[in-house]
Amino acid sequence: MAVQTTSPVPQQQASLAESGVVLEGVARSYRDRRGVPVPALDGVSLRVGSGEVLAVVGPSGCGKTTLLELICALQRPDAGNVASSPAALMPQRDLLLPWLSALDNAGLALRIAGHSRARARARAGELFAELGLSGFEWARPDELSGGMRQRVAFLRTLLSGKPVLCLDEPLSALDAITRGELQNWLTGALLREPRTVVLVTHDVEEAIVLADRVLVLSPRPGRVIAEIAVELPRPRRGTDPAAIALRERAMRALSEGASR
Amino acid sequence: MSARPVRFVPAAIFALALLAAWELYVDAAGVDQLVLPAPHAMFAQLWDNAGLLWSNFTITAREVVLGLALALVAGFAVAVAIHLSPLLRRAIYPHAVGSQAVPIAVVAVPLCFWWGFGIFPKLLVIALICFFPVVVTTVDGLASVDPDQLKLLRTLDASRLQAFRFAELPAAIPAALSGARIALAVGVIGAFIAETSTPSIGPYAGLGRQITSDLTALQTPRAYAATTVLFAFAVACFYSLTLIEHRLAPWAHKAKGENR
Repeated sequence: MAVQTTSPVPQQQASLAESGVVLEGVARSYRDRRGVPVPALDGVSLRVGSGEVLAVVGPSGCGKTTLLELICALQRPDAGNVASSPAALMPQRDLLLPWLSALDNAGLALRIAGHSRARARARAGELFAELGLSGFEWARPDELSGGMRQRVAFLRTLLSGKPVLCLDEPLSALDAITRGELQNWLTGALLREPRTVVLVTHDVEEAIVLADRVLVLSPRPGRVIAEIAVELPRPRRGTDPAAIALRERAMRALSEGASR
Repeated sequence: MSARPVRFVPAAIFALALLAAWELYVDAAGVDQLVLPAPHAMFAQLWDNAGLLWSNFTITAREVVLGLALALVAGFAVAVAIHLSPLLRRAIYPHAVGSQAVPIAVVAVPLCFWWGFGIFPKLLVIALICFFPVVVTTVDGLASVDPDQLKLLRTLDASRLQAFRFAELPAAIPAALSGARIALAVGVIGAFIAETSTPSIGPYAGLGRQITSDLTALQTPRAYAATTVLFAFAVACFYSLTLIEHRLAPWAHKAKGENR
């Protein structure tokens, strides 16, 4: 079951792989406080294959979050087509429910899907140790550190069971060591159980470590200005020479985009 | 809120200071005790008429607790209806505001005509007085959920009802209980109004009745003693509600708890 969001002006229908994402010529603007339209994305076309991990990097305010909301059908494009398999969003702010324990927040999607509380807790609990959250099952969000909250939010996204995961700066609140551990864990988890992932980040190294392909967006309005295929064996390290070379390429594309 | 007795020391000192000033003023200025009884006379009445005051107190306390409960249930239900239906909001809200302007004496007659001289018409009067703060705070609480939070629930395929159950309803609980505390403050005087504006059976029914008949019978110190009981009852109910709120909505008190 694919979710199609089309701009009011019908254009050529985007075709869709079995569980992927296709954007064609997507433009989207929002209105600022005075009602002046500000273009966020302008003519973005991209295609994410089934099981592919796509990283999108770009300067702040280049419409990365808008891109993910379009894929999750939370917004409609002003022009162009968006077609995506059902997608779960991990927002930049974790948006955990303050009245639920960490365990219940992680299993929220299962509760919504109609599973019993016990079953949702059991499923979520299995992954708590892997994410270094053991012992915090019953803590409320306000008792967790920023990094822990992010991991719980990640778990909630993963347990939604949707084929496409849209991750908005998922590891930004973590310290370097935990981030490295979670990148490894995520790499392993995606190898075991492939999902289509659209990962938005401003951390170019993280994009290289996790993604099959990196798209570089220009400053607002966002447009794809470079595409870098990352054909390195997994697990990767950001310090490998090949990874550093790719990072240089991405950084160059970013700074060229910024100076244009 | 901590239950440590030390917490109540400032209030006790303040009460003693007020009573001392009052006592000194009445003695020094030679005020007639029918105009303003001295605290010692008031406490003497409290002691001498403990049985009478207690039996009237139990009547009034039951009215306040049941009337407040009625207001809470009705207020919460109306708030939910207003929240879920813009049509009902437009239809009901102005009348909820207007109901606060209705003098009780106007409705007391038909209430007694329909339901007699027992407790029920008094409960309705108290509920009418307490209803409005509960509605207003609950409506605000239901609307206080972060729109991004609701967006996220939508990506997890939550129905309108599930969004209500997982996000809006829990958010409204601390708000409704704040409303209940405001309602309580007016509910105690509401009981006084209820008792004095609706006829009852027997010479004394509740502290409100007792106070009015004591004042007309020139038993001013005893009226003051009864007022002291109402005062203490309001304080006790207020802090009981705070305790209930901590039990029902512990997440809402993290910040206060940390710097207690």
